[in-house]
Amino acid sequence: MKPSVAGWLFVGPALAVIAVFFFLPVLAAFAISLTDFDIYALADLSNLRFVGFQNYADLLQRPLFWQALRNTLYFVLVGAPLSVMVSLAAALLLNGQMVRFKGFFRTVLFAPVVTTVVAVAVIWRYLLHTRYGLINYGLDWSGLPIVDWLGDPRFSMPSIILFAVWKNFGYNMIILLAGLQAISVDLYEAARIDGANARQRFFHVTLPSLVPSLFLVGVLTMAAYFQLFAEPYVMTQGGPIQSTLSIIYLMYEEGFKWWSLGSASAVAFILFLFMIVAAIGQLVVMRRYGSGV
Amino acid sequence: MRKLWRGSGVHLGLCFLSMFAMIPLLWMLSVSLMSPGEASSFPPPLLPQNPTFDNYRQLFEYSSMGRNFLNSLFVASAATLLSLTFNVSAGYAFAKLEFKGRQLLFRWLLSALVIPAQVSMIPLFLMLKGMGLVNSWIGVLIPFVASIFGIFLVRQYALSIPTEMIEAARIEGASELRIFRSVVLPLLKPILITLGLFTFLAAWNDFFWPLIVLTDSEKYTLPIALASLSREHVQDVELMMAGAVVTVTPVLVLFMALQRFYMSGTLAGSVKG
Repeated sequence: MKPSVAGWLFVGPALAVIAVFFFLPVLAAFAISLTDFDIYALADLSNLRFVGFQNYADLLQRPLFWQALRNTLYFVLVGAPLSVMVSLAAALLLNGQMVRFKGFFRTVLFAPVVTTVVAVAVIWRYLLHTRYGLINYGLDWSGLPIVDWLGDPRFSMPSIILFAVWKNFGYNMIILLAGLQAISVDLYEAARIDGANARQRFFHVTLPSLVPSLFLVGVLTMAAYFQLFAEPYVMTQGGPIQSTLSIIYLMYEEGFKWWSLGSASAVAFILFLFMIVAAIGQLVVMRRYGSGV
Repeated sequence: MRKLWRGSGVHLGLCFLSMFAMIPLLWMLSVSLMSPGEASSFPPPLLPQNPTFDNYRQLFEYSSMGRNFLNSLFVASAATLLSLTFNVSAGYAFAKLEFKGRQLLFRWLLSALVIPAQVSMIPLFLMLKGMGLVNSWIGVLIPFVASIFGIFLVRQYALSIPTEMIEAARIEGASELRIFRSVVLPLLKPILITLGLFTFLAAWNDFFWPLIVLTDSEKYTLPIALASLSREHVQDVELMMAGAVVTVTPVLVLFMALQRFYMSGTLAGSVKG
């Protein structure tokens, strides 16, 4: 058997599975988004009608869709940068030359990443409890006013962002730490000889060298944050007054609560579109301000 | 002296961050050992007055948590096995076997990584419904069988295998399958552990897909069971925390034991290829 034939045989099974159970459904999702697929069509496919872009047009008319979009963008645009900043701070601390027990700290800071979202969301729901939660106890103890974290629409999304930062910062920390360790010591030495202080070294050596890692981390985090679902599902059920309803949550309710699968598919595609725009936007920004990516 | 100052500042920062990371998990453990109602008082108690395993007992005796635990264990193990079977040979072929269209195909696959999995899930659900596989183990496992990320991970690692070793085996007349089994697989061992670990954790922690595809509570995995439990028993904080401990402990232990492989995989997976 020639290696070329073997190559195809080796990739064949995996590619077939991906083609049938991923690529085909993605194409089908677009097709379904152009139909009025609902519970009647689910029972009998002859009830299915082609409606063009009607689902998309209908969605744009619905306040609930805009609310979900706003909430998701809020989560992405505030949550993702905040996560990356905490990750960067953690990586910078861990990268310190005189840090002892580095392995220990790394493990501890990384632990939340591997935990199950649903389980830790349950924990945070109680940490944020208005009357018995540790967070309000801490606020009260320091003489600050307590907050109805998950019950007040002004604080529900910030609460979920806080939770997401806690859960995820360790992941980017590891990638950024590797980026920091890859920066040549000579660069710092040269900057020091030129009389740059610690601040200047950070802004003129560390940060520019870290641009590729930051770009990567930014794209990964935004892509992940656009898919917000389990957190509000467990912590707030999308409330209060829909303040934490995300795009995927809307898709889930449209699709699997009301069985409007045509409309739900349209929601999924709009999300996809936003994710692509966000990734391209970030690429443009990084190209402009960073050295080559 | 200034160095010492900076050093302690860094350690202070690290201790603060570590507390931020650990307090929720330690608090979960502590509350899971409290007696019913104990956590719902003010000020919130930090440690149980009389530590008890009653919550765990109740969880396994009166709810289906034991069953859900076994379901999760089965799904995560099967997903791991399937993922290793399908992705490893593909990853190796993309790295080391010359075949027509290889580069193009690989680039195609990589660009498809930007498509969020949720886009495929409604048609996938309908497909499985047509095949009568909703609420089946096959249905839950389908998204884990082959993954673009898994193929990519193995390929990046397999690139480092010296081509001469494969060539030498070929000249000696070994078949491609034989080369894969006795030359390549032993060299790929570290990445097999990494991929296996990633898949196990992903399947164990997965929520969205099993929520859609599993309709019968007998088949629920731990996250689905815990989510529905937390909606029904809002007041039973202690019970819920015991449920969270049961869900989180296996993955944390697995991560601690195989941390080295996890970290190297995280970095390999994030390098642009």
